[in-house]
Amino acid sequence: MNIDSIKNGYVIDHIKAGRAMRIYELLHLNDLDCQVAIITNAKSKKTGTKDIIKIDRDIPINLDALGFIDHNTTVNIVKNDKIVEKKKLSLPEKIVNLATCSNPRCITSSEKTLDQIFILTDKENEVYRCKYCEMSLKKKQ
Amino acid sequence: MKNLIDIKDLSVEEIDDLIEVAKDIIANPEKYSHKCDNKILATLFFEPSTRTRLSFESAMLRLGGKVLGFSEASSSSVSKGETVSDTIRIVGCYSDIIAMRHPKEGAPLVASFKSVVPIINAGDGGHNHPTQTLTDLLTIKCEKNRLDNLTIGLCGDLKFGRTVHSLISAMSRYKGIKFVLISPDELKLPEYVKKDVLDKNNIEYCETKNIEEYIGDLDILYMTRVQKERFFNEEDYIRLKDYYILNKDKLKNAKEDLCILHPLPRVNEISVDVDDDPRACYFKQANYGRYIRMALILKMLEVK
Repeated sequence: MNIDSIKNGYVIDHIKAGRAMRIYELLHLNDLDCQVAIITNAKSKKTGTKDIIKIDRDIPINLDALGFIDHNTTVNIVKNDKIVEKKKLSLPEKIVNLATCSNPRCITSSEKTLDQIFILTDKENEVYRCKYCEMSLKKKQ
Repeated sequence: MKNLIDIKDLSVEEIDDLIEVAKDIIANPEKYSHKCDNKILATLFFEPSTRTRLSFESAMLRLGGKVLGFSEASSSSVSKGETVSDTIRIVGCYSDIIAMRHPKEGAPLVASFKSVVPIINAGDGGHNHPTQTLTDLLTIKCEKNRLDNLTIGLCGDLKFGRTVHSLISAMSRYKGIKFVLISPDELKLPEYVKKDVLDKNNIEYCETKNIEEYIGDLDILYMTRVQKERFFNEEDYIRLKDYYILNKDKLKNAKEDLCILHPLPRVNEISVDVDDDPRACYFKQANYGRYIRMALILKMLEVK
């Protein structure tokens, strides 16, 4: 399968297989009018399979969102057909409006204008807790 | 200290200072009777509560201050759809300090973002109730003369009981604390409290369903009510509400100097035949609550 190389933009690589569409939605890539390629279940030496997203435009990327969904992802920045930088991601300390609190007793359930803020409280087990009610966030796989 | 939202906002030293001030107020009440002249406490109770609201109001009145506020959401602008932030900004114009209870968890934190006056969390849903914890700590200190080297039994609703979670969090910072967690399977202490607080601080604990199994080891027995308002399913509530009833018979193997506490109100979990037992400290505990709230108001208003 051939997919055109990109001139200026990003190759988001090493995405855990099956998570590409979540990233596509979270980064609002459907709003772009440039070429966006989503490759799912590509072969990976490390993990067997992986997803890849190629974006043929230099746009602001929300690295916190990417790190939250899959911090093992690599973001390759492409300029003039060449990879000029590889960004390694980490779990963000705080995420804002990337998830919603599931606790019906949380203040965010009744005051909809509040930002949905989650704080990383346990890095080892990737546990985020709601800033307001401290309910743990159930991450989608 | 700008606000008190969570007991963890206070260091051990700050808690010890508050306890010392509260003990001084108990010993010398007249010395404090005009400390808050011309100060106003607003008690914003978006959810009904008798003792906590009256305790706060009594505390401020005993300091010479005045109080205003409401005791249920239906008598406030919330019933018209006003946000917590807006209510707080308005009330901040009329008062020097706010004690707030709200059924939604995190509401006092939201209030603190916009408030120009100090906010005290007087209970937010099943989440935090830091002044109850301060009350518990003052009671333990006054009744046992120490906050370390204690075996504490926690009995009843350990799942939803905010007072239990806060007390565990606060007591885990002192040396030589052991917990006995007494509850039915459905109301066991959540795993995250065990992991994040007990295991993290290497606190010794055991779990049991039987209140009599460890009663002879306890220095403190903290009883809790199974709270109807925390259940979505009434059948579960009815099944669990009378799981534990402490009575004289169950206390026969308890220590002579056991201290029985309860954040109140109780329903059936402590039989009235225990009330006259010298080990029953729960009514004294309610009285200590006013003194610690007096100390807290003084600290937050920076009144010397």
